[in-house]
Amino acid sequence: MDGENTSGLPRNLKLVFRRISAQLDAYYNAPYRSALARAARDEEDLFMLLIYAESLGIPNPVSFYTLELQPQMLERFHQWHRRMGMERSPLDEMRCC
Amino acid sequence: MSAILLMVLGLGGMAAGYFFYSRFIAERIYRFDPDFITPAHEFEDGVDYVPTNKFVLWGHHFTSVAGAAPIVGPAIAVIWGWLPAFLWVVFGTIFFAGVHDSGAIWASVRNRALSVGSLTGHVVGKRARSIFMIVIFLVLLMVNAVFGVVIAGLLINNPGSVVPIWGAIAVALVIGQLIYRFKFNLALVSLFGVIALYALIYVGPSVPVSLPETVVGLSSKAAWILILFAYAAVASLLPVWVLLQPRDYINGLQLFVGLILLYSAVLIASPELVAPMINHQVPEGAPPLIPLLFVTIACGAISGFHGLVASGTTSKQLNKETDARFVGYFGAIGEGALALAAIIAACAGFASLGDWQAVYSAFGQGGVQAFVDGGAAILNQGVGIDAAVSGTMLTVMAALFAGTTMDTGLRLQRYIFQEFGEIYGIRWLGKPLPATMMAVACCVLLAFGAGGADGSGGLLIWPLFGTTNQLLAGLTLLVISVMLVRLNRPVWVTLVPLVFLLLMTLAALLIQLNEFYQKKDWFLLSLDLVVLVAAMLVTLECVSAFKKPASEIGGEEL
Repeated sequence: MDGENTSGLPRNLKLVFRRISAQLDAYYNAPYRSALARAARDEEDLFMLLIYAESLGIPNPVSFYTLELQPQMLERFHQWHRRMGMERSPLDEMRCC
Repeated sequence: MSAILLMVLGLGGMAAGYFFYSRFIAERIYRFDPDFITPAHEFEDGVDYVPTNKFVLWGHHFTSVAGAAPIVGPAIAVIWGWLPAFLWVVFGTIFFAGVHDSGAIWASVRNRALSVGSLTGHVVGKRARSIFMIVIFLVLLMVNAVFGVVIAGLLINNPGSVVPIWGAIAVALVIGQLIYRFKFNLALVSLFGVIALYALIYVGPSVPVSLPETVVGLSSKAAWILILFAYAAVASLLPVWVLLQPRDYINGLQLFVGLILLYSAVLIASPELVAPMINHQVPEGAPPLIPLLFVTIACGAISGFHGLVASGTTSKQLNKETDARFVGYFGAIGEGALALAAIIAACAGFASLGDWQAVYSAFGQGGVQAFVDGGAAILNQGVGIDAAVSGTMLTVMAALFAGTTMDTGLRLQRYIFQEFGEIYGIRWLGKPLPATMMAVACCVLLAFGAGGADGSGGLLIWPLFGTTNQLLAGLTLLVISVMLVRLNRPVWVTLVPLVFLLLMTLAALLIQLNEFYQKKDWFLLSLDLVVLVAAMLVTLECVSAFKKPASEIGGEEL
């Protein structure tokens, strides 16, 4: 605060603005969080299918690129196959559990 | 009498209710505990269970429960004079709605944030839960049919509002994209949204749109109803973030703007109430005040719909149990204030008693259009907004509320049909599109079945809608009462409203049954019978719940 009296007001305004924005965000999202989370999960499922399509026997023209992503997705792969109703990994080459 | 006096008395009464009665309820009956770990903390997951600031939660709760119904109901009910409607709204809010809403939050929070539906099964019994599902289905059916008719009427009577009402949908679509695709700051987007909406309202009256007298053999009203349902079907199939969420948000902002403008206009213009205090010359054919008043005004005095919001979303986000008083009780007061504004607009916005009587020429006449015309006159005198523009503003407000309710209602009904499909193994019904079609078909059938081929009499089912809504409230009150009995606490705060509601709804249904029989209106007669059966089941459920020996009711830990 010392010596910054000149910029105090705009900074306070910025703070107030940020706080209002945060509360508005909460107000905007509160009723719809779960619907959005569900939609995001559906999107994620499709994305995972695209990445692991080749391994599951579905021809994938861009497998060269998706293959690169596979190691990154290991953690999410486990959640994905569990969500799809399979206790253990369905793929021989992917042993996550 | 001056409208300012009515406003001060009403708002003052509700404020006293909040400061005294709700404190008594919170401390002595529900005994909110600031140290109780609410489900929002216990199951915090960042999705459903999120501890939320109480003002934000109140804003959300209030704007979800306040819609078109607290405008339409009181605006119809002033046909008996302003005093009965005023008293029921004020005392209903203080002793019924506030207790019901904060109680629903409390009951849910104390039971792992279960919804009222599951709570009825959990606390009262399985049979009560089935009845609850039937009543919910009836409420949704009627709300969609009635609001379709209401919006169609508004569109026809106010051609200047057609452009802003449909334009608001475009604004909402843009807002949704700006927020999710482009991550714009919400405060800026809101500013843009509000400016765009009010610009549309300003332009609206200079570009009036009306459908031709007949559209492919249908009256213009019937055509609008069909267009609205087609729209609602599409809207309810879209992901929520595309349209419903931004629309809900704009509605919330509009609600605050509208309320502030209306009340300040009343203060500045100081209009006189031209409507009679008690109408001794009620138009012929109007049903008796008791019991019909208590089902004509449901939202605004007590409404079961609030219980669904309170237990579905609000209870999962309650930060502290003590917040339930502010969120629930004060949320109900917000809605009461809207209903009071509707009463003032519909009673003080006319030049003379003769004008008023001309509008309220029969039961179901006047209504929301009287709110629009009366409110516009007050806004014009008070804040100086052009009469046509202020009329458009209020029309847009009512129509957007009703439209969002239709969207949500149709969505919920689709889920119910999909669930039917799954339970009974009907494959095609389990899919969103056919289920939506089924839901729309039911609502359209109801709208035209009740209102005739031109859809003009659709508001006849308004009291029936109110009745089912009150039954829903009755079931929630039953849940709260049973919980109170188990805890050995005084139960009269919820039991007296419960008994009163049941008596009034049963009496209203019987009187209407006789009316429909006299008019030989078999469609409405059968609908009335269905609701009557539901009402009797609810009553029997209440009787049996309290007949159980205390040892059976008590004992179970809550």
